[in-house]
Amino acid sequence: MRENLHRFFRAARGAGVRLSPAESIDAMRAVSKVGFTDRAILRDTFLLTLAKTQDEKKALGDCFDLFFDQPEPEQPPEAGKADEQDPSGSNTASDSPGGGGQAEGLGALAQMLLAQDRNAISAAIASAANAASLSDIRYFTQRGIFSGRILDQMGIQRLRDDLDNLTATNPALAERLTNALDGLRGTVRDTVSQALMLYGREEAENLRNEILRNAPLSRIEPRQVEQMRHLIRQIARRLRERYSKPRKRQRRGHLDVRRTLRRNAAWGGVPFLTAWKRRHRDKPKIVALCDVSGSVARVSDFFLLLIHSLHEVVDDVRSFAFSGHLIEVSGILESKSPEEAMAEIMSKVGFGSSDYGSSLADFEDEWMSTITPQTTVIVLGDARSNNLDPRADILRRIAERSKRLVWLNPEGRMAWGWGDSEMPRYSTFCSVVRQCATAKQLERAVSDIVASYQ
Amino acid sequence: MAENRPLASIEAVESGLAAQGYIASRQIATAVYLSQQIEKPILVEGPAGVGKTELAKAIAAWRGMKMIRLQCYEGLDEAKALYEWKYAKQLLYTQILKDKLGEVLGGAPTLEAALNQLHDFGDVFFSKEFVEPRPLLQALEQPTGCVLLVDEIDKSDAEFESLLLEILSDFQVTIPELGTVVAVSPPTVILTSNSERDLGDALKRRCLHLHIGFPEQKLEERIVESRVPSISQTLRRQMVGFINEVRTLDLKKLPSVSETIDWARVLVLLQAPELGHEVVKDTLNVLLKYEADIEATMPQVSTFIAKASRQGVFG
Repeated sequence: MRENLHRFFRAARGAGVRLSPAESIDAMRAVSKVGFTDRAILRDTFLLTLAKTQDEKKALGDCFDLFFDQPEPEQPPEAGKADEQDPSGSNTASDSPGGGGQAEGLGALAQMLLAQDRNAISAAIASAANAASLSDIRYFTQRGIFSGRILDQMGIQRLRDDLDNLTATNPALAERLTNALDGLRGTVRDTVSQALMLYGREEAENLRNEILRNAPLSRIEPRQVEQMRHLIRQIARRLRERYSKPRKRQRRGHLDVRRTLRRNAAWGGVPFLTAWKRRHRDKPKIVALCDVSGSVARVSDFFLLLIHSLHEVVDDVRSFAFSGHLIEVSGILESKSPEEAMAEIMSKVGFGSSDYGSSLADFEDEWMSTITPQTTVIVLGDARSNNLDPRADILRRIAERSKRLVWLNPEGRMAWGWGDSEMPRYSTFCSVVRQCATAKQLERAVSDIVASYQ
Repeated sequence: MAENRPLASIEAVESGLAAQGYIASRQIATAVYLSQQIEKPILVEGPAGVGKTELAKAIAAWRGMKMIRLQCYEGLDEAKALYEWKYAKQLLYTQILKDKLGEVLGGAPTLEAALNQLHDFGDVFFSKEFVEPRPLLQALEQPTGCVLLVDEIDKSDAEFESLLLEILSDFQVTIPELGTVVAVSPPTVILTSNSERDLGDALKRRCLHLHIGFPEQKLEERIVESRVPSISQTLRRQMVGFINEVRTLDLKKLPSVSETIDWARVLVLLQAPELGHEVVKDTLNVLLKYEADIEATMPQVSTFIAKASRQGVFG
């Protein structure tokens, strides 16, 4: 049973639950106290000792159900239980009885298949899977390799030889054996798929996320949008965890005389306890101007989603969207789901040809006062103003009023300044200009902005 | 005390807590049982008012142990949680013993000899006598064990968490001047958190992690039954059904078990025979704590009552 527990821990790691050896030892101790008899209690025990967050509890619960609902075939003595749980219907599909008698001179595997000894077969698959270290499987591309290895371990070579011999001597038996072999292949494939589900989930997800993180946001396919939203939420959570730490740092070395005296009033002002001056850090204040025309729209979408899911870290976000003219969208984003909000924003200002000059003018007329010396202004756009007046002078005034002005451009640096791009004229007034085309770059950019307040 | 023997089984925990009026779900009982068996603290997370603190109180009452409570807040430090030197007492004693000190030191011929003599009894002033034990140290010093409740650990600073680690894993603390204080008998430690901030992995690793959510309807009915016995069965079923419906709404603060119990008491006090439209409207403020939430729920009240009563018929 210990072996099984170890396998379960490995499966749990595959499901994305972080387990240290110490935790698995604790779990073992706990399990030894409650025993294996009641599955509900066993499940609770694992959830209590191994999982550390609500998400992990869910993942672990699913993993537990998957693992123990279809137990990986047991060793022979315990195989009696496997009867009702054996997933392989295919072995038993052929219902011709007996047949062990004709099987003399055949390999062990052939005999087993002909005898239709399901328990023995499951046990053989299990031990072959162990020998092939099936629990190391990580990617779906490895399925073939592992199936092959398991079959090799079970002695498929011998079976093939037997099959060749039999085709000549006993065609009927050979046909039965071929059918049985197909069934066996199916079962092994199922075993491998299940193992992949148990042990490889996290790895596969990591791989997919990594690809997604580096994909250009403006060109992802519609079916990936949901995944991307999920990814953006993950990024937001990570940033929140990193930056929502207490924002009071003690400054050792600068005595806070007033607080020291007050604290030591009980001892007649003799300073037993010292109080030090603290430096208070501001929470980030952000004003975001997002271009929602054409290809930039999608990047803006994800950017707004990210910025607005950072409310624990960021004190105050005002977002504005523009293409031909500019409107404030903070209210829409806060009151609606991301999809609805984006649809509404697009219907209000989207689909126009972008005019940076008049949009900036709109901003200056109505909202210039929102910018304080603590504000970071983020402009997200490709700076392609269709040869209209870029009004870089307004951007200069914005830069002067604000703490920092950051320009995020989804286009590559190569394209800046080519055609109708006004990037070089704008970039002179920006504190930072960076490319921002993928989720990874987006995370970097936002992380840097928030970090500048720490 | 008879209750102090090791717990026999999970069922024993369940019935023991029930005797104190705390109806525990299977998972809670398992957590309590395990924490006794493998001597680990329990970290309880969940929304406000689901009985996290009550759990600790119930355990203490059931096992006949003292409960020591440490309420966490921002800025809580060693001096308030663990121990503190009684400075005033130390000062006072040195003042009173001044003459005595003078006598003792007066015999010394040189400054160096005086200093050496002073060293010999210098430690007197940093002894157990002058330590003011705060909750954590108190908990370790209880001869018969106790329940230590570290409430709302998420409100404290990250540094305080690190301070707790030694206590949580080894049930001991180290005071530089005195050495290590080991627990006389390991206390049952319960930490609660409202997930205001994420706790460190080191802390989580040392605890059993128990999440208490809103209870299932059946369980909640039993809780109400045990806390407000005077309520009639139909009304109980209706009100719990109603609250479960309210929880499906998207509210700022969902009503939790403590609100359910309060509401049950109010309904009994008003002598409401069953859940009527008027009664609910008048008492909705017991259940919901935000004006916006009440406004959001108001239009739904009739539907919810109808649903809750239907459940009563078939349930």
